[in-house]
Amino acid sequence: MSYKAQAALWIAQRASAAVLAACVAVHLVTIVYAVRGGLSADEILARTRGNAAWLAFYSLFVLAATVHAPIGLRSVLGEWLRWRGRSRDLALLLFAMLLAWSGMRAVLAVFA
Amino acid sequence: MKQHSSYWAFVVHRVSGIALAAFLPLHFWTLADAVNGSLAWTEQPLAKLGEWLIVVALAAHLGGGLRVLALEFLPWRDWQKSLAAAAAGLTVGVGLALALAL
Amino acid sequence: MASERLKVAVWRGAASGAFRDYEVPRHPSQTVLDVVTHIQRHLDPTLAYRYACRVGMCGSCAMTVNGVPRWTCRTHVDKVGETLEIGPLRNLPVIRDLVVDMREFFDKWARAKGEFRGRATKQDDFARISPLSEDRKQADAGIECIGCGVCYAACDVVKWSPDYLGPAALNRAWTLVSDARDGATIERLRAVAGDAGCHACHSHVSCTERCPKRLSPTAGIAGLKRAVARAVLRGEL
Repeated sequence: MSYKAQAALWIAQRASAAVLAACVAVHLVTIVYAVRGGLSADEILARTRGNAAWLAFYSLFVLAATVHAPIGLRSVLGEWLRWRGRSRDLALLLFAMLLAWSGMRAVLAVFA
Repeated sequence: MKQHSSYWAFVVHRVSGIALAAFLPLHFWTLADAVNGSLAWTEQPLAKLGEWLIVVALAAHLGGGLRVLALEFLPWRDWQKSLAAAAAGLTVGVGLALALAL
Repeated sequence: MASERLKVAVWRGAASGAFRDYEVPRHPSQTVLDVVTHIQRHLDPTLAYRYACRVGMCGSCAMTVNGVPRWTCRTHVDKVGETLEIGPLRNLPVIRDLVVDMREFFDKWARAKGEFRGRATKQDDFARISPLSEDRKQADAGIECIGCGVCYAACDVVKWSPDYLGPAALNRAWTLVSDARDGATIERLRAVAGDAGCHACHSHVSCTERCPKRLSPTAGIAGLKRAVARAVLRGEL
């Protein structure tokens, strides 16, 4: 991978981190609110289903995680498992696709 | 050999990141399934412990991440050590909040 | 009450070897360098080690003391605890005993384009640089580096990624990127970007923690990350 691409990965990692920081904060507050409020599963789904705003928010959340997690793992694999080169990047691309697919599947189940 | 606080902040950040990366696909998958089926198994104490650990990992990773962003983007010097403490504090705070809620 | 004798374990050998025990007389205000020197002069002349100024100016006496890289002439025995274990600096090939091969350290310095390339000629007037300008403050914060290798030995990323340029080389690159008189900025940013460069730093801050001159390579590397990002987004790289 060229040094320019690696620099681009760093930018993407920090940008997605900023997005995730905001998303995680909202997500944690929401979850604690739902749990403390004693909302049942059906009550939660009644509020989330068909809600376009939350759908958009969580889709953005999944996208940011799909960018952020594989880039983070890239360093771990290279430094702790000494796994470098094309095969590592290919494996991480597959992992990103897995995250995107399973993430959107969950988002659609809850919010669509 | 005793290590310094920023080193431990890194270790926590990395380990929590690995845990989250491992958990996330599972979380997405069971969420979609649970919505279509029943959520009863989530009431079990082991499941609740797992949820709490994941939230703590999330808070720890967020705290560590904010520390890194501060180091890389803000002018800094001698107060960076406090960042590790701030990250730890944030983690504990969130963990407690959720523990009380659960 | 300190005993009159001090037990010391010193690394003997090269990449493979072992710690050997010695017993030296204890003195007030004794430094670790004093201990090593005593061993070599009175107990075992075959011990290999480096030093020069012995007053904390040259950085030649850097070794691993109880797991921590430091200048042995500035490390008082009283301050390091009951047991003393002395080894060569980490992350560099060991030539013999306490002496390491510093070539890779300086090669990386060159690979990071750590040399000044002026834009002016003899015909031009002096450059006017305010010491209060942000750029100059950044450069001034890092130029006192004497290349002792302590930060390099302390860095986990150097340990995990042999190609990583390391804190000293990157710190020097940053002082030059911050130097308004230098004309090789783009070339230098290309040299320090990527997996072997500034982007591999995870801010463990061990370099800053251990630097005997209290420099902060972590801050310099963060500056390089920002400078590279700016250059990439502007299409300059």
